[in-house]
Amino acid sequence: MRWRRIQAIVVKESLQIVRDSRSLMIVLLIPLFQMFMLGYGVSLDVQHIPLCAYDREGSQESQALLHRFSASPYFALQGLMGSYGEVEHNLDAGQCRLAIVIPSGFSKGLADAGKGTVQALLDATDSNTANLAANYARAVVTNYSADVQMEFVQKRGGTVQTLTPVEVQARVWFNEDLVSRNFIVPGIVALVMAIVGAQLTSLTIAREWERGTMELLISTPVEPTELMIGKLFPYFLVGMVDACICLGLAVFWFNVPFRGTLPALFFTTGLFLTVVLCIGYYVSVAIRSQVGASQVALLLTMLPTTLLSGFTFPIDQMPMAVQAVTYVVSARYYVTIIKALFLKGAPWGELVLPILCLTLYALIMVFFASRAFRKTLD
Amino acid sequence: MEAPVAAAIQVSGLEKRFGAVVAVAGLSFAVAPGEIFGLVGPDGAGKTTTMRMLASVMRPDVGSIVIDGIDVLASPEQAKQHISYMPQRFGLYDDLTVEENIRFYADLFEVPRTVWQSRAAAMLDAADMTPFRKRLAGQLSGGMKQKLGLTCSLVHTPRVLLLDEPTTGVDPLSRREFWQILYSLRSEGVAMLISTAYLDEAERCDRVAMLHDGAMMYCDTPAKLKEQMPGVMLEVVTDDPRRAHDVVLGLSGVRGALLVGNGIHVHVDRRDCCAQIAVALQAEGIAATDIDAVEPTIEDLFVALLEQKKTGASK
Repeated sequence: MRWRRIQAIVVKESLQIVRDSRSLMIVLLIPLFQMFMLGYGVSLDVQHIPLCAYDREGSQESQALLHRFSASPYFALQGLMGSYGEVEHNLDAGQCRLAIVIPSGFSKGLADAGKGTVQALLDATDSNTANLAANYARAVVTNYSADVQMEFVQKRGGTVQTLTPVEVQARVWFNEDLVSRNFIVPGIVALVMAIVGAQLTSLTIAREWERGTMELLISTPVEPTELMIGKLFPYFLVGMVDACICLGLAVFWFNVPFRGTLPALFFTTGLFLTVVLCIGYYVSVAIRSQVGASQVALLLTMLPTTLLSGFTFPIDQMPMAVQAVTYVVSARYYVTIIKALFLKGAPWGELVLPILCLTLYALIMVFFASRAFRKTLD
Repeated sequence: MEAPVAAAIQVSGLEKRFGAVVAVAGLSFAVAPGEIFGLVGPDGAGKTTTMRMLASVMRPDVGSIVIDGIDVLASPEQAKQHISYMPQRFGLYDDLTVEENIRFYADLFEVPRTVWQSRAAAMLDAADMTPFRKRLAGQLSGGMKQKLGLTCSLVHTPRVLLLDEPTTGVDPLSRREFWQILYSLRSEGVAMLISTAYLDEAERCDRVAMLHDGAMMYCDTPAKLKEQMPGVMLEVVTDDPRRAHDVVLGLSGVRGALLVGNGIHVHVDRRDCCAQIAVALQAEGIAATDIDAVEPTIEDLFVALLEQKKTGASK
């Protein structure tokens, strides 16, 4: 391995990157665009669930209950229905996800037997939202009935100390406000890095084949390892600039708390970038057309990072077989690390395992990438 | 074919197949230092494949290649230090300048800075390219691109130069300059293997190998090859070469005919066929302004030899 030849390739690639100003702009704008699109688009918080109400009674009590719903930030009352048919129509048309039906004997039942029933109809096409909506609705109703009960007892002259003998005092750690964006945005950083990183290098070898420069290049004494290092290094710098853009947006624009240390963040980001750059390079070697290589690189990075890294779906909830697969997804380690760094401010000690795994991963990828290229036209 | 002593290129029994297609079938030749050796033949004759195997960017199925005493198949990377290869398609970077391209190849071959800088300056000067040093290679004319390609190939002082159709699509002036550079390399003892589709260019080589279907038909100096051709070559200058071509082919004593720029070349047994041809053309109402014996070109020779080989094989 000769330093001079590596240097020659680094200089050549850098000049080509800088001169191709359009591609350079794309490379720098894509992460910006993706961060905004995903940062605002992906949210697991359920708020303002559209709600329809069919009040068959129209009493003070039923009005009070409906008022609770419309006052809740989780629901947005779309309108009052006049019949079951209308309720059904609204659910079918997707006008509301939840319909509350208050039967006619509601207030009487409360007064006489101390017991009333409300019907909730849910559109469960999105089971996650439906589940949350049902829980929120239950909470609203429970609150209401507690107040009714209290009033009832007070009216009779009794005093009530507590209604619930045992209560859970939940204190939320790491993401105190339970803002889903706080744990999604670090994941998006990983996703954007994976996509952009592999795209950067997926073109580098394929381009030489397409432009006809490869035949001359392989007739020189340049070694495959030198070619790989020389080609990856400039893209590593570009990738780190992209990483800074993404991380900067996460902290300063999306206001995600960052509690870790910068050295840990940049070290692990560098490792992850190395992995994805190598994936792109490997694909570029294997597929000699730019379009093909870019498509395959996109597929290889975006899908596993989205689905199997724990970015959107928690890994420990996956079936065992799928969980096993996630171990070969490099983003799994990076997402774990970056979330821990952002939200928990985890010290090095806690991240030893994922960092070791990611380091090993990077070393293996570099090894394979360096041996991938064959200096032959056959 | 005599093998020169201490050949710079020594090829023997070279074979290469692509599936069922035989691209190169048992090729053997040797090129001496300072010699310009031409590879001539139609498209698909195996010229490019041969070049690629010599440049060790493609592995032969059978055979051996020794360049400057190095077994190319055993140690291709070592051999590459002494070889320079110019592929048929422009292989330099369009988005780098003339100077940056030269520097890139100088660095890849680890040529000391002072050496390549003075060498490149001299070569650019000789090729009238000094004013274009800062120009992007993509913005050069075809001729200048090839001269730049040659400059890049020569920056590490190779012992062997492999040029695959280097002057295709190059204007005549640049072609002449290009050949002047090649001639100047003879004195440096550089062995040159050049494939060309221009047969007039083949006549400038010291020796020429004629390839057909991956095998060598003939290999000798251009002059000696011409001697191989029995009979006489007549040039018929006419406005209607296509019809004239068809007419003369039917005459006795005519071995073959070939369309050329201003008429046809007719390969005949004897010189006195002239009169016979003139009469036949006149009978058909084709105006022939001039019929005379000419020195056959390599192209005439190629067609004649191929014809000879075919009739020989069918008998």
